[in-house]
Amino acid sequence: MSEPIIRFEGVEKSFGSQRVLAGVDFAIPAGRTTVIAGASGQGKSVTLKLILGLLKPDQGRIMVRGRDIARMNPRQLNEARMAFGVLFQGAALLDSLSVFDNVALPLEERTKLSQAEVREKVMTTLEQLGLAGHEDKFPAQLSGGMKKRVGLARALQLQPEIMLFDEPTTGLDPEKSMEIYQLFLETQQKFGYTSVIVSHDIPKIFNLADQVIIMGKGKATTFASPEDIQRSSDPETRDFVRITMGDIYLSREMEKRP
Amino acid sequence: MLARIERLGEHTIYILQDLGRMGLFLLRALAGIGKRPFRLGAVIRQTRLIGADSFVVIFFTAAFTGMVLGLQGYYTLRKFGSEGALGSAVALSLIRELGPVLTALMVTGRAGSAMCAEIGIMRNSEQLDALECMAVDPFRYLITPKFLATIISIPILTLIFNVVGIFGGYVAGVTLLDVNPGAYFSGMEASVINKDINLGIIKSFVFAMLVVWICTGRGYFVHVIRGAGFGAEGVSRVTTQAVVLSSIAILVWDYLLTAILL
Ligand SMILES: Nc1ncnc2c1ncn2[C@@H]1O[C@H](COP(=O)(O)OP(=O)(O)O)[C@@H](O)[C@H]1O
Ligand SMILES: [Mg+2]
Repeated sequence: MSEPIIRFEGVEKSFGSQRVLAGVDFAIPAGRTTVIAGASGQGKSVTLKLILGLLKPDQGRIMVRGRDIARMNPRQLNEARMAFGVLFQGAALLDSLSVFDNVALPLEERTKLSQAEVREKVMTTLEQLGLAGHEDKFPAQLSGGMKKRVGLARALQLQPEIMLFDEPTTGLDPEKSMEIYQLFLETQQKFGYTSVIVSHDIPKIFNLADQVIIMGKGKATTFASPEDIQRSSDPETRDFVRITMGDIYLSREMEKRP
Repeated sequence: MLARIERLGEHTIYILQDLGRMGLFLLRALAGIGKRPFRLGAVIRQTRLIGADSFVVIFFTAAFTGMVLGLQGYYTLRKFGSEGALGSAVALSLIRELGPVLTALMVTGRAGSAMCAEIGIMRNSEQLDALECMAVDPFRYLITPKFLATIISIPILTLIFNVVGIFGGYVAGVTLLDVNPGAYFSGMEASVINKDINLGIIKSFVFAMLVVWICTGRGYFVHVIRGAGFGAEGVSRVTTQAVVLSSIAILVWDYLLTAILL
């Protein structure tokens, strides 16, 4: 595996008396796809927010490109965030802006491109993501899948080194989910970003993954491949596999047994 | 007993934290004025929403407030045989007290609540996080334009309130009752001095700050305000809280400023 671009070292995070992360360690290799899975409420979104410096850890270090993101001053933090593209769980489009303005926002705020250049770039991305003709609509007029595509378009504008996806397909039908994953594959091949995907879409999502991190009970366990998870002897992981992957995987495993 | 002291301590710490947060929020909002690029378009749009769209509400509130002042003033002053002083009584009440206070209260109800809900919803749907992740300062982008727009709008609306109110008093006192029209305005001219006008202007600026600070701040912190709860309910509770707090703050500061400056 290549050099890790993100590394958690003994990270702890509590909200009041609720301990969400109790000593989490993992490394995310550059240029690859890491999937973070785990039941709801296990701190997956919190983990992403820690990576982005939106939350601060109570203990431990969060190294992003070799530097501790929790110990940066606001200017350094802003700079570090320029490396990220984020697709939030609910897409987090600005309600008051049209699709076009949402996608144009990072370009207008963070670059010195002319209006014409911005327009050209935005329209090209919208077209690539199948959103041509929807640029004047507002987020409230879009379906869930379209919102996520607009969110993806916005996140891709500044050519991020690292893309974070928080449950990109939750709430979409299977066909739309496949479409979104296809988009990930295409855009990743095109832009070569490191991708971190939080997803419940198990086992489908594992086809995309170079490694899988499973979160539960405040801890994270890393698996080099989806197969490793099925082979794991850890009872909690086995429970997780049984609950989320269901009978398909269990029966396949049974078949393998002599 | 010990538990009670502990709770009291916890509550005190929470209040101090909240004040600290709000103080820092105010500083960051004001610091946003100096940051580039300046969002003139957003300030204009917000001024229209907060200021221009409040015109009708302010007009009617002012007209009827002025008319009531005219009526009440007339019957009170007549007891002393000095109906001629009606103009100055109406004008002084409006310029020094009712204009700034009622304008600020109406703007709180109309625009302050909307600002609070808007920002609260943006917080809950991660729009504020998204801005930060794009390295866009949410203060410069979102909060500061609302500050500037409110600070521009409320003093202008207060001026409109005063003028409309004075004519309301005229309608009640001169047109409907029998006060001498010349006396209404000449009395006013003689008794309203610069100090009264300055007091009104200072009040309207201070109230504008209070309204926009409390309303945007409560929305911005919807996720950490104790007892607000989550989701739509959180936003609605925090909006109610913002309106109540702003209204109380306006009335308290009205007293303080009057006591200090009069
Ligand atoms: N800002 C916050 N304040 C308090 N509790 C929070 C906050 N963010 C997350 N939590 C709590 O942390 C836990 C993990 O949340 P999250 O990371 O969103 O779970 P998920 O794995 O489903 O994404 C949840 O129980 C949630 O209630
Ligand atoms: Mg989540």
